[in-house]
Amino acid sequence: MDVLTDNFALYGEGFLGTLRLTLYSSLLALVVGVVMAGLRVAPVAALRWIGTAWVTVLRNTPLTLLFFAMLLGLPRFGVALPFELFAVLALGCYTSAFICEAVRSGITTVPVGQGEAARSLGMTFGQTLGTVVLPQAFRTVIPPVGSTLIALAKNSAIAGSFSVVELLSTYKTLNENGYSVIWAFVWIAVGYLLLTLAISAVFNLLEKRWGVAR
Amino acid sequence: MEPLIELRGVNKHFGSLHVLKEVDLVVGRGEVVVVIGPSGSGKSTLCRAINRLEAVESGTLTIAGEPLPAEGRELARLRTEVGMVFQSFNLFAHKTALANVMLAPVKVRRMKKDEAERRARQLLDRVGLSDHAEKYPAQLSGGQQQRVAIARALAMDPQALLFDEPTSALDPEMISEVLEVMQQLARDGMTMVVVTHEMGFARSAANRVVFMADGQVVEDRTPEEFFTSPRSDRAKDFLSKILKH
Repeated sequence: MDVLTDNFALYGEGFLGTLRLTLYSSLLALVVGVVMAGLRVAPVAALRWIGTAWVTVLRNTPLTLLFFAMLLGLPRFGVALPFELFAVLALGCYTSAFICEAVRSGITTVPVGQGEAARSLGMTFGQTLGTVVLPQAFRTVIPPVGSTLIALAKNSAIAGSFSVVELLSTYKTLNENGYSVIWAFVWIAVGYLLLTLAISAVFNLLEKRWGVAR
Repeated sequence: MEPLIELRGVNKHFGSLHVLKEVDLVVGRGEVVVVIGPSGSGKSTLCRAINRLEAVESGTLTIAGEPLPAEGRELARLRTEVGMVFQSFNLFAHKTALANVMLAPVKVRRMKKDEAERRARQLLDRVGLSDHAEKYPAQLSGGQQQRVAIARALAMDPQALLFDEPTSALDPEMISEVLEVMQQLARDGMTMVVVTHEMGFARSAANRVVFMADGQVVEDRTPEEFFTSPRSDRAKDFLSKILKH
């Protein structure tokens, strides 16, 4: 217990760091993921190709490698950003590939007739997707998107290896100060649990409110 | 009569199956054309090809003299002129009956919400459903859903309406409530292309009956002529089967 009370400020800083990373990366992943899912079902082949390429590259790259590519690669092209922002980009883009596929699976559960009816009324592809298909797909993708964002929260630990303040890396300081590593990790785990359970709770609420009634 | 819908030499394959073979069809303004034929004869595909829900491989399609573009905004604009009613209703499941009817006028025609709502309520009244405006499709019977679907198509003020087997998914007692709405539309002078198995409707409301078999238009005549003295063996065979019971 001493580990926590003695180092509350350190834990707090780490927890807030992880919270920030999770929040901003989630927003980025959701926006980019939904846009990419839209591209993947677009009537124009070139757009579908962009969506497919995005998913294929990001889903098949190890996240650590992606961090290296962003933090070491982008500065070579003159892109100099704070490390935390690089971490949000890496995490967000990586997770967007999984969000995209979850959303696309939701889109395929919406009966074809819904889109046909919208198009027969003169709606464009964007209007059909935005007002008819996605609102119905949204209900079915709540559970998989929740899982993906929980995975994102835990994946954010990788950012600690790249000098970003986050929860997991607090163990280094605690270890150097002579605290028991086991108790340090227990409190770190509790921190992650708080975050992931909060995400679960939010998605449970969404599912109650919007989920498909059975 | 001024031609509103014109198809010339239209061809379409599904894989190796030739579903539309050099189909010609002209529908005049104000005309009611009923398309009948055995299943697999291409009548639904023909109906869906008219607003390009089904792409065709060759031939020309024109609506009110304008060629139908293959895709994009121009196609979307021309589709607003041709409403469609589906076999499985296809009402937007996440919206109320009223919102279903209002959606396209607001999104596509950029109509003001209160004006669109006023018109939507009028249309629901016209199909006898003003009491059900706030209900979701799942809370309505099949016949009620199909009448909402007709109101939704009418909300765009189309020049013509396509009906793709509008009563085939309905219980017998609900068929008549939908047919009555369609009869009324026909009397009001709406241009209609109706794919159906309802021979009673064909006899009473159609100006012409188009009989299709194996992807071709076999006969195109008045209902009176068609039902009393069909020319082709294919049509005689078809009629003998469906009129036996």
